[in-house]
Amino acid sequence: MSKELIRLRDLCMAYDDELVLDHLNLYINDKEFLTLLGPSGCGKTTTLRIIGGFTTPLSGDVLFDGVRINDVPPYKRQINTVFQKYALFPHLNVFENVAFGLRMQRRPDPSDPKRKSRLPEEEIRQRVLEMLEAVSLKGFENRRTDALSGGQQQRVAIARALVNRPKVLLLDEPLGALDLKLRKDMQIELKRIQQQVGITFIYVTHDQEEALTMSDTIVVMDKGSIQQIGTPEDIYNEPKNAFVADFIGESNIIDGVMVQDKLVQMYGRQFPCLDGGFSENEPVDVVIRPEDIDIVPVEQGQLTGTVTNVTFKGMQYDIIVDFRGFKWLIQTTDHSPVGARIGIKIDPDGIHVMKKSRYSGLYGDYSSFSDEYDELDAAEVDGDET
Amino acid sequence: MKPKLSRFAIPYVVWMALFVVAPIVLVVVYAFSNDLGGFTLENFSKMGTYAVVFGRSFKLALIATFVCLLIGYPVSYLMSREGEKFQRAAMVLIMLPMWINFLLRTYSWMSILENNGLLNQIFQKTGFLNLYNGIFGTNLEYFPMMNTQGAVVLGMVYNYLPFMILPIYSVIVKLDGSLVEAARDLGADGVNVFRRVVLPLSLPGVLSGITMVFVPSVSTFAISKMLGGGTELLLGDLIEQQFLGGAYNPQLGAAISLVMMVIVVVCMVVMNRFGEGEEQAVIL
Repeated sequence: MSKELIRLRDLCMAYDDELVLDHLNLYINDKEFLTLLGPSGCGKTTTLRIIGGFTTPLSGDVLFDGVRINDVPPYKRQINTVFQKYALFPHLNVFENVAFGLRMQRRPDPSDPKRKSRLPEEEIRQRVLEMLEAVSLKGFENRRTDALSGGQQQRVAIARALVNRPKVLLLDEPLGALDLKLRKDMQIELKRIQQQVGITFIYVTHDQEEALTMSDTIVVMDKGSIQQIGTPEDIYNEPKNAFVADFIGESNIIDGVMVQDKLVQMYGRQFPCLDGGFSENEPVDVVIRPEDIDIVPVEQGQLTGTVTNVTFKGMQYDIIVDFRGFKWLIQTTDHSPVGARIGIKIDPDGIHVMKKSRYSGLYGDYSSFSDEYDELDAAEVDGDET
Repeated sequence: MKPKLSRFAIPYVVWMALFVVAPIVLVVVYAFSNDLGGFTLENFSKMGTYAVVFGRSFKLALIATFVCLLIGYPVSYLMSREGEKFQRAAMVLIMLPMWINFLLRTYSWMSILENNGLLNQIFQKTGFLNLYNGIFGTNLEYFPMMNTQGAVVLGMVYNYLPFMILPIYSVIVKLDGSLVEAARDLGADGVNVFRRVVLPLSLPGVLSGITMVFVPSVSTFAISKMLGGGTELLLGDLIEQQFLGGAYNPQLGAAISLVMMVIVVVCMVVMNRFGEGEEQAVIL
């Protein structure tokens, strides 16, 4: 599980003088499900294209199994790709689409090792049919690809890549074009396929929920740099900076001062927490997840504020609470009416302290709540990038 | 559900009726009538005499189409791989000759190919002619290039090449780049990417290019008259003679036109069948 398969060393890339990858360093383990997560233009797709061999980095190395493969063309890499819009061949039926890679393969002839020969038709047929069955498309061999639904095209694209038994499968926002229900099904399906074939998946997405659901490791990227690498739990529970905290899930990010280890000050009040290792009175960003906040009667609260907005979300209420001009998002199952004064209590493990970064002050305020939702929607629409 | 004919379509329909349907009807009527206006099949039975002309016309048109394809496809393909600026410039260069009058273009070929024309003068001045005479033991004063089938084919290729390049180019340039990447990703080298993806997907363009070159080539008369010197009679010339020339016989001319049209349509239908499944790109 922990054998290193791919290493990216000091990758730089620029389009028209605009730096899209800024000295990127990353290693990817064998049989790992790794997700490159970030907003449009963060460099995640470029990173994927460099691994696939479609883009040559400006500088830096790509190592595969310890060998530098910068100059190896895509067709010689043991890597296959599921493209964003599937890129199925419109002139071939489902069977021939899946068989394409196998028909390209040559291997030493058993009778004369110096000669390379094609795979026998019988083997191609068997492997294609097996693969179609694995992605639940048995009986679709002779269909035209444009007669398939989005989900089916998606699975043809996966089958077409996996039938070649690559060591690594690259997936470029493969679920972007599917509707929500299908997307959720395919997330589980993809994870199952990955575990079944036991190879490395490198997955690119801007959808944090997708990343959390499927990944062994998440790489959060922004502006051509890696912001954080970790397991989904690490990334969610211990975000490294305000960008990560904001991008993964909902976060209230508050200016604070680290009074001493395990004690942070916000709004002039001191809160016990579990973090340490900061210098005395160091300014910090404090992340508090909306679900980690308990609403209590005013007199018992560590802080008191006024409810300004309530949205019913089915499982919980999203309420916006004004604490001295800074608006927090709180998720609670208890209803509080707009205008009510409430107190809140935060357990020490609900408080996460981060060092100040260049992202400090940019995120985590819900005073423009509706704007923020608009942005989230917009991000989902323009998922594609170059 | 049948959409109602829009008011704005009426001028178009009238135009089509006047200038497309009516002439075809007239041709059919003429083809089946004698000079007194009665019904006859005589015009068709006479046609056997002209089998040679039919054969020559289709042969030369086929050769010209093939040469156009041979030149046009690589040009279109290479062009589509260049930068946008280059593509635009190349497109202008390809279109440029078409802005010059057709007859003028063909006349200039005459002066190039003539016995004491530009090419022959070059051959004489450079000593190529002497070299040729020395090697083959001939005693030529010039290479006879005018009034040959080769000159006619050259004229066709020169005039109709843009009609081959344009449709092929427009199909290739619109080809989804991710399909090429997908093919490379699946192990196809350059040759295989071309053979298995680019070529099959550009077939619709090739088919319409063939149509657009073959049809005017098979019916041309000016080119064969000017570059073939009238010795290489083609269908176009034959038809012209029936209407304007000494052999005045519009009924026979109409019959020949009709037969030619039928043969061309049959060829195109067969070709479309051949390229079926490649989207419906070829307009008859």
